[in-house]
Amino acid sequence: MSVDSVFVHKMWNDHELSKMVKGGVPFPMLSDGGGKVGSVYGVYLEDAGVEARGRFIIDPDGIIQGFEVLTPPVGRNILESIRQIQAFQVVRKSKGTEATPSGWKPGKMTLKPGPDLVGRVWEVWKTKMAFD
Amino acid sequence: MAKEMKVGCARPTGGPVGEAVIEATGGKTQQPQQKEVRQMVTVGKKAPDFTAPAYQKGKFIEVKLSEYLGKWVVLCFYPGDFTFV
Repeated sequence: MSVDSVFVHKMWNDHELSKMVKGGVPFPMLSDGGGKVGSVYGVYLEDAGVEARGRFIIDPDGIIQGFEVLTPPVGRNILESIRQIQAFQVVRKSKGTEATPSGWKPGKMTLKPGPDLVGRVWEVWKTKMAFD
Repeated sequence: MAKEMKVGCARPTGGPVGEAVIEATGGKTQQPQQKEVRQMVTVGKKAPDFTAPAYQKGKFIEVKLSEYLGKWVVLCFYPGDFTFV
């Protein structure tokens, strides 16, 4: 979503993005003229008249589980967004009985918070697991 | 799901839908009530619903966020088409 019109979105997709992604952009390119939606989400930069790089992860109940907002010059890390979605999906599937520690990736161990784990995380989770 | 839009010369627009959180400010003073419309975007809270015109695979459509209930959604904002990053 950006403040550009759907007509500009079409031109950008057809003339540039389709040269980067085969078949063009598969998902809807949303238009937010005037930044009305961006204002509600807190990402509309009034002085510049554009929207910051806001990324919101919304679960199947319509609840915001996470967001990240960057100023325009720095691009996002898509793999990190995907990792976060995978983590939120694991937590949701477990109905909140599992949590994903720092550095979690699919296949790595989760934590099962409960009375037995209090003060004993150090036994099952090592600092290096945040970095591997 | 999303319905196709007829486009004319006017720029299609959308915007927030549904109730905004209306907060009375000023406490118990005698001033005329000042109301501030503020919608909270916070983790663990509902994503504010909106409609927005969109372009997708050769068609102009209208998208409503609440039509995606039941699915995971990634909503991305960016500064502008034909910019560099």
